[in-house]
Amino acid sequence: MPPTDRQPDQRSRSQSYWRANLIVVGSLLVAWFIVSFLCGIVFVEPLNQFRIGGAPLGFWFAQQGSIYVFVLLILIDVIVMNRLDAKWGFRED
Amino acid sequence: MNVQAWTFVIVGLTFALYIAIAWWSRAGTTGDFYIAGRGVHPIANGMATGADWMSAASFISMAGIISFSGYFGSVYLMGWTGGYVLLALLLAPYLRKFGKFTVPDFVGDRYDSQTARVVAVLCAIFVSFTYVAGQMRGVGVVFSRFLEVDITIGVIIGTGIVFIYAVMGGMKGITYTQVAQYCVLIFAFTVPAVFIALMLTGDAIPQLGFIGEMKGEGVSLLSKLDGINQELGFAAYTAAPTEWVSTAGAKGYTDVLAITLALMVGTAGLPHVIIRFYTVPKVRDARLSAFWALLFIALLYTAAPAVAAFARTNLIETTRNAYYDPAAAPEGAKVIPDWFRKWEDTGLIAWVDKNGDGQIQYTGSGLDSGGAPGHAAAFNGKPSFVTADDVASGAFNSERGAHGEREIKNDLTDSANELFIDRDIIVLANPEIAQLPDWVIALVAAGGLAAALSTAAGLLLVISTSVSHDLLKRVIMPGISEKQELTAARGAAAVGVVLAALLGIYPPGFVAQVVALAFGLAASSFFPVILLGIFSKRTNKQGAIAGMLTGLGVTTAYIVYFRFGPGERADWLLGISPEGFGSVGMLVNFAVAITVSRCTKPPSPAIIAMIEDIRVPAGAGEAHEMQVPPAHG
Repeated sequence: MPPTDRQPDQRSRSQSYWRANLIVVGSLLVAWFIVSFLCGIVFVEPLNQFRIGGAPLGFWFAQQGSIYVFVLLILIDVIVMNRLDAKWGFRED
Repeated sequence: MNVQAWTFVIVGLTFALYIAIAWWSRAGTTGDFYIAGRGVHPIANGMATGADWMSAASFISMAGIISFSGYFGSVYLMGWTGGYVLLALLLAPYLRKFGKFTVPDFVGDRYDSQTARVVAVLCAIFVSFTYVAGQMRGVGVVFSRFLEVDITIGVIIGTGIVFIYAVMGGMKGITYTQVAQYCVLIFAFTVPAVFIALMLTGDAIPQLGFIGEMKGEGVSLLSKLDGINQELGFAAYTAAPTEWVSTAGAKGYTDVLAITLALMVGTAGLPHVIIRFYTVPKVRDARLSAFWALLFIALLYTAAPAVAAFARTNLIETTRNAYYDPAAAPEGAKVIPDWFRKWEDTGLIAWVDKNGDGQIQYTGSGLDSGGAPGHAAAFNGKPSFVTADDVASGAFNSERGAHGEREIKNDLTDSANELFIDRDIIVLANPEIAQLPDWVIALVAAGGLAAALSTAAGLLLVISTSVSHDLLKRVIMPGISEKQELTAARGAAAVGVVLAALLGIYPPGFVAQVVALAFGLAASSFFPVILLGIFSKRTNKQGAIAGMLTGLGVTTAYIVYFRFGPGERADWLLGISPEGFGSVGMLVNFAVAITVSRCTKPPSPAIIAMIEDIRVPAGAGEAHEMQVPPAHG
């Protein structure tokens, strides 16, 4: 392919990739906000009426649950972004 | 073999291991020295990041803080892990694509400004020195407690070790020693936790024991702990902020939110954490190593609240109403455990028999020094024991009280509480409280040292790179050769180690307070400018500089006014403590940077091209050579 054609193609692929990336990052950050700031802090008292094992649920989110979810969120990001890299042709060799 | 012999053997072996690794991974080029030649495997980088990040504070103090503050300890748990989500999603992959070596590299190049670069360098050096002083002190403390050597000698030995592998190996040496240090510290933290979980709950996994039932009692661990806390006049362990109203250590919801956010954003903005992501070969490795890093960190961070709850239950059960002197105890009555006397000698625990009954009364009722109910101290300040000199001078009759306890000189409070417990005892004495074998106790010493040394080395690298690369090569003497730059880097690391050792030996009284400042500064300076640098093409030089300076300015002013100046708790803005103010500083930085950028010229086409380039992963390997703007651009 001549370089003149590659330039605009690369640019539009980059933009589509970036938009998809923003959606992924945005959704994961919503989950990040919910488990820590909402479940662990703002709604900790109503959630404490429920229990997970022997722990009040809100307290559990603040000291355990949010951390598990954080690890999971990064794992999802790794998997989804690797797919996006491949889909839009930005996978590194 | 006794505990001390075991400690010498285990600590000696780990130190020999660190030096051997350093010899094997000596740095030959600036690339090796700054970023380990970009050849670090994501799992190795994850472990190194874990050790880099988890400091003496995480290893020694965090479980203790949670143990004594219950729900409020959550701010550290969520804050110091949640930051990795921000790092993985918003910063790490793009900074890896950008390439180069340091955070000031990015700030200076992206905003095309030497002023921005220098502001970033000064922040990086200040934040790192603040942090490193605490680590060297931690090394000295572990040495003095476990090996009974002087704190100064402990600091000097620790400095010698860091000196060898940081100066010789740079990032490469540090990375592979950190991998070994992670293994040591996680093993040292987990082994006692598993034993204690088995003992109390019958569950070998601490995280499950935490939500499990007390062995043979049919009641959950946390319900039991809530109960004994309340019986003794403390707030329930799991109680949320409104139930802790006006209890010492209680924070309002706004403050809990602000501190958590400041710690998260501060974590994501700390230069010694960020530079770890420059060391991997590819952009996708940067994401992957953020995952491994948080997983490895989470192993300790989810075990810590379990250790905290186990230890508090154990501590209260074994000491409450126990007789200090076995000879004075009636038949079948509870007597203090053996570890009590050993840790009394180190000043981490102390007892004063206020009512003369020979038994230990531990209660939270009564007013604390701030006039708030709950967590009443037995006496003011840390214990100051009567010494032989005091007896010789006639000021006191004896070093020992009526029951053989160490006599203290402190002024007593009005509270009925007779027990002083330093929160560090939770991790340091945990193996003894649980009656674990001597080698486990020795392991905790090695773990504490690994945590402190690994973090110190990471910070020293930031300091040395800031001086040799960011200041010397990029600003003052751009013409120097690679060999000269490497020598300068080694020299700066050497000077940094010595300064850090001096700060450890002669700690300025304000070290604890300035750690809040380190997070506040990272949150209010680096995080916003890096984030905008990647996600907003419109943010320009003027916006970034104005944002960093105002963010830093308001945060520093607030912390200094309330921590060192005349500021009173009642005047806190929206009830936000100095510890949490970094989140306000961050918002100010964002607002100013965006507004000023809109009112000034947009960045040049070369900068826009660079932003577009870092947003996509392909070609990260060459990014650092390809950064030169197009000839006719």
